[in-house]
Amino acid sequence: MDAVGPLSDDGLVGLLNHTGERTEHEFFSPYAKDLTPEDLRGFYRAMTITRAFDFEATSLQRQGELGLWVQSWGQEAAQVGSGAVVREPDFVFPSYREHAVAFQRGVDLPQMLKIFRGLQHGAWNPADHNFHLYTLVIGAHTLHATGYAMGMELDGLVASGDPARDGAVITYFGDGATAQGDVNEALVFASVYNAPVVFFCQNNQFAISEPTTRQSKVPIADRGKGHGMPSVRVDGNDVIACYAVTNWAMQYARSGAGPVFVEAFTYRMGAHTTSDDPTRYRTKADEEYWAQRDPIARLVTYLKAIDELPDEFVESVDEEAKELTRRTRELVRSWKPGPSVGMFDHIYAAPHATVDAEREWFKRYEQSFVEAH
Amino acid sequence: MTTTEKMTLAGAINAGLRAAMERDHKVVLMGEDVGKLGGVFRVTDGLHKDFGDQRVMDSPLAESGIVGTAIGLALRGYRPVVEIQFDGFVFPAFDQITTSLAKLHARSGGTLTVPVVIRIPYAGNIGAIEHHSESPETLFAHTPGLRVCTPATPQDGYDMIQQAIASPDPYLFFEPKARYWDKGDVVRDRVDAQLSAPDGALAATAELGLARIAREGADVTLVSYGPTVRLALQAAALAEESGVSAEVIDLRSLSPLDSDAVVRSVKKTGRAVVIHEAVSTYGAGAEIAARVSEQAFFHLHAPVLRVGGFYAPYPGAKYEHDYLPNVDRVLDAVDRVVAH
Repeated sequence: MDAVGPLSDDGLVGLLNHTGERTEHEFFSPYAKDLTPEDLRGFYRAMTITRAFDFEATSLQRQGELGLWVQSWGQEAAQVGSGAVVREPDFVFPSYREHAVAFQRGVDLPQMLKIFRGLQHGAWNPADHNFHLYTLVIGAHTLHATGYAMGMELDGLVASGDPARDGAVITYFGDGATAQGDVNEALVFASVYNAPVVFFCQNNQFAISEPTTRQSKVPIADRGKGHGMPSVRVDGNDVIACYAVTNWAMQYARSGAGPVFVEAFTYRMGAHTTSDDPTRYRTKADEEYWAQRDPIARLVTYLKAIDELPDEFVESVDEEAKELTRRTRELVRSWKPGPSVGMFDHIYAAPHATVDAEREWFKRYEQSFVEAH
Repeated sequence: MTTTEKMTLAGAINAGLRAAMERDHKVVLMGEDVGKLGGVFRVTDGLHKDFGDQRVMDSPLAESGIVGTAIGLALRGYRPVVEIQFDGFVFPAFDQITTSLAKLHARSGGTLTVPVVIRIPYAGNIGAIEHHSESPETLFAHTPGLRVCTPATPQDGYDMIQQAIASPDPYLFFEPKARYWDKGDVVRDRVDAQLSAPDGALAATAELGLARIAREGADVTLVSYGPTVRLALQAAALAEESGVSAEVIDLRSLSPLDSDAVVRSVKKTGRAVVIHEAVSTYGAGAEIAARVSEQAFFHLHAPVLRVGGFYAPYPGAKYEHDYLPNVDRVLDAVDRVVAH
């Protein structure tokens, strides 16, 4: 652990330490005080189910059913704590690893695997979930998030006088993305237009193999400070702190006060993707150190300590997870590609002569094989 | 009653922007210096004063940010029209344009539309310094999901900008800056009526994909667009003096490309010369030559020739007269296809 710099744990907001003890924070504790034991069990459920799904998807990739999988393993607290704050008319712009947020937004997780089976590039209608499509171009979506937030402001959905009506945008990205021009431009646009957007960076310490020290010399949250927005570092494996900080940040943005930068310091327990091999660039000791800080384990410890995690509840979540993974396996294996002529659909919203000509050519070409038999 | 007004191309685009903003309150303008200054070419002149800060937004000096936030505004239901100040400065936004803007409709399975219009003053002949005279249009026409068009006359400037804004698809709208101050007749009523009709946006998009015969002729087809339409007309007038009748096509749109119009003309004339300022190699002329050879091969009396920019970085202004297509080079090509 670095003493200072982007891999330091200096100044992290925490409300549940890694041994499962509840702690207080002068500023942020009030933003978690509405959380009931039932809410915390809900967090446990979302984290556990997402992880089970995540492992199932990894297995399906290993069995050749998926071309690739991107694990969220280890980042469940950062995602569930922040995602729990989102409500109508807020909108989420994820990168591509926010499976736990997707789950909370009501995306049917198995459907997501259509992307990774090579069937389609987007697997849900963003309007149904206030959850935009995944974006694989690193950081590009932070600008879309900012523009969307500018639009919400133009629509009078910020500082309307009725906090229950106000909305804001939250966008997720990683430590690697903060080196991208687009993320920096998004910070510029958001700050000068005072856009209601929360920049939620999951610093999982790796951009594939490169440590965060190759992206930044200073803590990532300092990027927000440089743009004049409040910036907070939070323990990304502490679901209660992630909830509190994001709760505050979204309220701040919805109130018209402007953008906020949140850095959730966490650890990517799995590989970057199923194509990656972390043994080439990190140590077993490092992995074991972070396994001790598992975001689900500490919540379990805490809930058990306060006698709020009955066995029946744990069993019901396990059952639900089993049912989801069973359904996932079944669905994924059942999906066959549709007719290839579908690749000409929706390139444009209005007819386009080149597309129409090529579609017709392709149909005749395919038909020629039918006629030949 | 239909009235005809004299306008410059810049003035006509300005009037078209104003009409679009009056018709649809979701139309917003964004770009560097588009506010109080009215843009470095004054194409947005007066719009900030009349529509205010929220409809006409001066942006930070960051092209990727301009296009990226425009995409977000479009996802929120707005119809952003953004200005990239000069052709050579579009490249910081190239990623947003080609990987996000072009693909969002397709990658969402048709659930999302991103009706962003990107206005780009382009092409040379204005004695400018480096990066201010380029013609990058083909780079965008090569990208499925984008539509690319360019007006050559004030009437098209007025009509096409409104049609592009009304279209559900993203547009790259290339404005030939050397022609900004050319005057011509503009009738407002026709496009106003088209866009007020219930299916106006689709009709407008369809019309915007069609080429225009700028001059009829029988012996050779000169294919041009944007800044080279006037050049082609000049060459056609001179060719006529030596007994060659040239037909001039103004493509207006590069994506889609109205190859039917070109093929129809070439079937009549048997010869084609494509003229554009963009580098010839891998340019629009190459695409047109390929389509003509695929669809009108046995009507050709000569190979399709190209007159375009050389495969060289745009030179200093004192050399651009020899870098760009000019009347002599067009007539040289006409002579060669006629003599073949």
